[in-house]
Amino acid sequence: MELWFSEFHAPDVKHSIRVNRHLYSKKSSYQQIDVFDTPEFGRVLALDGNVLLTERDEFIYDEMITHVPMSVHPDIRDVLVIGAGDGGVVRELVRYKTIEKIDLVEMDPDVIDVCRVYLPENAREMDNERVHIYYDNALRFLRRCHANYDLIIVDTTDPFGPLEGYFTREFYGVCYNALRDDGIMVNQQGSPFYKHDADAMRRSHHRIVSTFPISRVYQAHIPTYAAGYWLFGFASKKYHPIDDFRADRWEALGLTTNYYTTRLHIGSFYLPAFLERMLKEVE
Amino acid sequence: MRKLCLCSLRFFREVQKVESKILNQSRAPIYEALQMFREMRVVPFDVPGHKRGRGNPELTAFLGEQCVSIDVNSMKPLDNLCHPVSVIREAEELAAEAFGAAHAFLMVGGTTSAVQSMILSVCKRGDKIILPRNVHRSVINALVLCGAIPVYVNPEVDVKLGISLGMKREQVAKAIAAHPDAVAVLVNNPTYYGICSDLKAIVGMAHRAGMYCLADEAHGTHFYFGENMPVSAMAAGADMAAVSMHKSGGSLTQSSLLLTGPDINSGYVRQIINLTQTTSGSYLLMSSLDISRRNLALKGRQVFKRVVEMANYAREEINAVGGYYAFGRELINGDSIFDFDSTKLSVHTRDIGLAGIEVYDLLRDEYDIQIEFGDIGNILAYLSIGDRMQELERLVSALAEIRRRYQKDSYGLLSQEYLAPEVVISPQQAFYANKKSVPLKDSIGCVCSEFIMCYPPGIPILAPGERVTGEIIQYIEYAKAKGCSMTGPEDPEIENINVLA
Repeated sequence: MELWFSEFHAPDVKHSIRVNRHLYSKKSSYQQIDVFDTPEFGRVLALDGNVLLTERDEFIYDEMITHVPMSVHPDIRDVLVIGAGDGGVVRELVRYKTIEKIDLVEMDPDVIDVCRVYLPENAREMDNERVHIYYDNALRFLRRCHANYDLIIVDTTDPFGPLEGYFTREFYGVCYNALRDDGIMVNQQGSPFYKHDADAMRRSHHRIVSTFPISRVYQAHIPTYAAGYWLFGFASKKYHPIDDFRADRWEALGLTTNYYTTRLHIGSFYLPAFLERMLKEVE
Repeated sequence: MRKLCLCSLRFFREVQKVESKILNQSRAPIYEALQMFREMRVVPFDVPGHKRGRGNPELTAFLGEQCVSIDVNSMKPLDNLCHPVSVIREAEELAAEAFGAAHAFLMVGGTTSAVQSMILSVCKRGDKIILPRNVHRSVINALVLCGAIPVYVNPEVDVKLGISLGMKREQVAKAIAAHPDAVAVLVNNPTYYGICSDLKAIVGMAHRAGMYCLADEAHGTHFYFGENMPVSAMAAGADMAAVSMHKSGGSLTQSSLLLTGPDINSGYVRQIINLTQTTSGSYLLMSSLDISRRNLALKGRQVFKRVVEMANYAREEINAVGGYYAFGRELINGDSIFDFDSTKLSVHTRDIGLAGIEVYDLLRDEYDIQIEFGDIGNILAYLSIGDRMQELERLVSALAEIRRRYQKDSYGLLSQEYLAPEVVISPQQAFYANKKSVPLKDSIGCVCSEFIMCYPPGIPILAPGERVTGEIIQYIEYAKAKGCSMTGPEDPEIENINVLA
């Protein structure tokens, strides 16, 4: 018997992964949650039928969304993580001893529970004493914050699902308001390749540009995401991701990584011509 | 085969007739008949000419085959809206039962047509009708049609919020005493902002004076189904009510209901409706009324409980933002605000230095959020059966952001005041009189022969037959400058106005 999990990356493009076993399936209050065991990608977490992460390539995403801002801002103490219920981002953050507090806001408690059981490698630091989990809508949570954080990491699903509200101008606005005067917001910015994704990416980039004085986009190669090509947004009130980047300072921390390097940090902000044009149009 | 189909169709109708003796709110006779009809695959040699969509593939692709295939004409198995005897009649009987009315009429020309039929059913040329001035334009249009004369009861005004309230009992009593020859009293139940007059008391006063009591319930469908809601017109004993099923009831735009009480001759009302209503009633609209009525009758209570909870939550959150005032039941004063509809999310914006219409525009242009309307001092977000918490969080956060980014000193903002109209001649006389076009600023003292209003909410600032004053012109200029959509006059730019020659 052949068992395959397929996901539409575009209306006319499908990405399929062979499945050994379907380990978990539940309709939570917010979304359909599934975990598969697969020969190539290990365990795969899917929300509403879209791959959120796989054991095999999650390190790329989690490292790039965490270490880029951490190597730019010299003094990050308070971090807010939005979404990221699997724990991968938190796992990367707790490696920095200088961080005093990590608040995690996740809407769906079931995602956190499932990952604790089926993705223990990602979730292993969720009980760290510096981590505080809030089950809440992030817009609601952020409305109550003013200059509380040095870094906000927005790790969400795509802009067409239940988290559409986290790609809006009001969302970026409340993030801006929740950051200190030198704060940074990093978000997953989708893919620029397929039209549907590219349009959404341009819309959200436009909104970030009109909210933060500094807004740059950087890229990574992530095999299981649409087109295998993923973007992140770096938005900041003060620090520029390259001009204020202190490679030596980060190297001195002695952290071992599997994707991120200080050379790649700079390289990831150099974008292909079509993407540069696409971004310029909305800036 | 065809013979067999017709036989089974006839049989099906007989079965329906027998079953309908006992009303069952889980039935939806028009919807069921349309489903049955679709299955029969009847060959159309009648109108509409798109023939189940085949003749208009682009339209079919856009609206969907399911939808266009039931866009059909009246025929025996599907009844006829002009003279209902089978499935439409049953749907009307079910609606009447669900709303506690003696009779219900399915309407396909919007609540405008329900309001107009209601007024035309009780008023003739020269009759007086007592009503508040903050009525919808459709009410005054009905007066243009039938030649009745409005007797306005000035509504109370909340000075801080700048909104018209309900009618005070004492003022209604005064109007009735001063015009004992009036034929009817019309009440907004509720106003656009959710404010209710003491409807039961007004019904009592009208009936004791031998007048009908009519209710414009364009914004009150849910009063019939939710718990702890303001009293509905039929429960209060009113004689007729125009109910916008397509607003809080969930049916398609342009579908509506006209309800009548026990003392109204329903045959005569049907004749009045048929004066102006189409003879090709849309089955899309009628089936949407039928399905929505069933849904409300079966699930309305839970649905509106949730809508109220969402609105209350949003009010708390918006008030916590600061600067805004999302008002609610605390306004109730026992008379001009006898009751308040908690599903309405109205927010006073003047204290952040922005006119309601400016916040309305910012929400759409900057945040992709479309709300129902903004006027000089307030905005209204319409909550209903289809809302979800995640969108409410967006709305509240967007309001918080607008305050952070755009807050100004509120000095110099005009407060919306009630402009008491001076009715010089009847709306009909003014509408049909010889007139001339003059620049707005030169029209002071003239008698206006057309409407001027902000739309929405569609409550006239000037109606035909009313005197133009300096205050009114100032208000119109201000509303235009702030970006209100003005409608009504012949001149789309509203630079000129038609006045009596």
